[in-house]
Amino acid sequence: MSAGHHHPIYRPADTPVHRLPPQCKLVAVVAFAVCVVATPRERFWAFAVHALLLAAVAVVARVPAGAIARRMVIEVPFVLFALAIPVIGTGERVQVLGVSLSLPGLWAAWNILAKATLGVVASILLAATTEPRMTLLGAERLRLPRLLVQIATFMLRYLDVILDQMRRMRVARESRGFVARDLRQAPVLAKSAGALFIRAYERGERVHLAMLSRGYTGEMPTIRDISASGRDWGTAAILPCLAAATALLAWSTT
Amino acid sequence: MHVPDGFFDVPVSVGAGVFAAAGVAVCLRGARRELDDRTAPMAGLVAAFVFAAQMLNFPVAAGTSGHLLGGALAAILVGPYTAVLCVAVVLLVQGFFFADGGLTALGVNITLMAIVTSVVGWAVFRLVTRTGPRRRGTLVAASFLAALVSVPAAALVFTVLFWLGGTAPIDLGAVAAAMGGVHVLIGLGEGLITALTVSSVLAVRPDLVYGARGTAGPLVLRTAEGEVEVGGRPAEKPSAGIGLRPVLAGGAIVAVLLAGVVSFYASSAPDGLEKVASDKGLSAQEKPHAAEDAPLAGYSVRGLSDQRLSGGLAGVAGVALTVAAGGGVFYAVRRRRRPTGGVSPAGALAK
Repeated sequence: MSAGHHHPIYRPADTPVHRLPPQCKLVAVVAFAVCVVATPRERFWAFAVHALLLAAVAVVARVPAGAIARRMVIEVPFVLFALAIPVIGTGERVQVLGVSLSLPGLWAAWNILAKATLGVVASILLAATTEPRMTLLGAERLRLPRLLVQIATFMLRYLDVILDQMRRMRVARESRGFVARDLRQAPVLAKSAGALFIRAYERGERVHLAMLSRGYTGEMPTIRDISASGRDWGTAAILPCLAAATALLAWSTT
Repeated sequence: MHVPDGFFDVPVSVGAGVFAAAGVAVCLRGARRELDDRTAPMAGLVAAFVFAAQMLNFPVAAGTSGHLLGGALAAILVGPYTAVLCVAVVLLVQGFFFADGGLTALGVNITLMAIVTSVVGWAVFRLVTRTGPRRRGTLVAASFLAALVSVPAAALVFTVLFWLGGTAPIDLGAVAAAMGGVHVLIGLGEGLITALTVSSVLAVRPDLVYGARGTAGPLVLRTAEGEVEVGGRPAEKPSAGIGLRPVLAGGAIVAVLLAGVVSFYASSAPDGLEKVASDKGLSAQEKPHAAEDAPLAGYSVRGLSDQRLSGGLAGVAGVALTVAAGGGVFYAVRRRRRPTGGVSPAGALAK
C-alpha cells in the first residue's frame, strides 16, 4: 500500500494492540466508553483508574503521549463550553478566587471534561492502532449493514482525492488574488462548493461505471478473512472488563 | 459542534442511539430506491463532499468563521434518504477515525445533525417548491429557507434532549434562548451558502439536483420555421418526495418512543404551567376535571401500582388515541375531497 493511503492518525507498528482483530478493538472501545459514561462523577479515583487503564494500553501499543496530546486539540471547543458551565450554571454558589461559581455547575463541568477526555483518548488509541480499512472490515464483521460500510469505505478511499481537489481550487482562487474577508466573499466560496459537488458526483458516476466493468454487482468481495479467535476476544475484553469493574466498585461505594 | 461523551445521561444516549439506528435503517432502504446499485459509490463520494464542504470555512464577521453543517444542502442535492446516510457516515468516520464527537454520543449526533437537519430541510424545501412557481428562483429561495429552518430545528431538538437528560445544571430557558439565538444566526449563514451552492449547481448541471427533478422545461428547437418543442415536458416523478408511509411510520415510532419510554425518565415535578398555577394559588379554585375518573386521567393507568410503568402505558395509549382520532379526521377529509375522482380512497391505498 502506498503511503498516501494511510491516515495521519494511524501509527503503524507491530504490537499486541495492533495485532488484535479490528472487531474486538471496536467492541472494546465502545464498551469502555459506556463504562466511563456510567461511572458516577463523585468518585474521582474511578476516573484516575480509567485514565491509568488507557495509559497502560498506550504503553503496550507504543503510542507516544505527545501524539495523543496533539490529537486532543479536537476537544478544545467543548472544553471552552465546559469551562463556561460553572459561571452560567444555577444552584448553590461558591467563591473561588473571588469569582462566584455554581457548585452543581462545577460538578457538571468536571463530569463532561473527564468523560469526554477519556472517550477522546480511547478513540485516538483505536484510530492510532487500527488501519481505517481494517476498522471498516471489523465493522462489517460486527454485522453493521453492508451498504453503510461500503459507503464509509468509498468515502475514506476518495476523501484524499476530494480534499486535494478542494485544495487545488483554493490555490486557484488565491493565485487570482482572492482573500475571504467577510460575508461578501461567500458567493465565490459557494461557487467553489458547487463545483466541488459536481466534480465529486461525476467522479462517483465514473467510479461506478469502472466498477461495473470489473463485475461489480452491489456487493464487495471479501478478500481477507479476519476472524477473531476466543483468545483475541479475551485479550480485547481486558480493558472494558477492568473499566466495568471500576464503575461497579464506584457505584457500590456510594 | 459535536456532542462529546458525558454530556447526556445514559438513557437519553441509548434512546437517541436506537432512534438513530432506526432512522439509518429506513434511509438504507430509501437510498436504494433513490440510487439503486449506484448507492455505495455515489453516497460515498457525496459523503466525502460533505466532509470537505464542512472544512470550507466562511468568514462571518470580526475574525470569526463558520462552517456548513450540510444536512439540508445534501438533502436538496441528492435526496433526503441519501443525505441522511451521507451525513451519518461522515459523523461515524469523524467519531471513529478523527476522535471527533463521543462514541456514546454518536446516536445523539446522528439524530441531530443527520436526521433532523436533512428531514426538516427537505420538508421545508418541498413545501416551498410545491406552493411556489416552478422556476429556478423558487428553488434557490426554497434552499435558503430549508437550510435556515433546519439549523434552529436541530438546536431545538438538542434543547429537548438536554431537558430530558442533560448533565449540566443550566436553566432550560437559558439553554433554549442561547441555542435558539445563536443557531438562527448560524442558520442564516447556512441558508445563504446553501442557496448560493444550489444555485451554482443549478446553473451548470440542473439534472444533478435531486430537488429540481421535474422542473426542467421542454427541449425547444429553434429552426428557420420557428420554434418546435421536442419530446414534451418531462413528467414529474410522483415519488420524488418522501412517500407518505415512511413519514407516518417514523412519526408513529417517535411518538410512541417519546410517550412510552421517555415518560419513564421524565421529571415527576409539576410542569411549568402546573407550577405557576400552584404558586399563584390558582389550584385552590381548580375544579375537578370532568374526566378525572376516566381510565387515563392524570396520565397514568388506573389499577397499575408502578407509577413509571403506568405513566409509560398511559403515554402510549394516549398516542394511539390521538393517532386514531387524527387518522379518522384525515380519512374523512380525504374522502370528502374527492368523492368522484374515479379513484376511491380504498383504491388509492391499495395501490
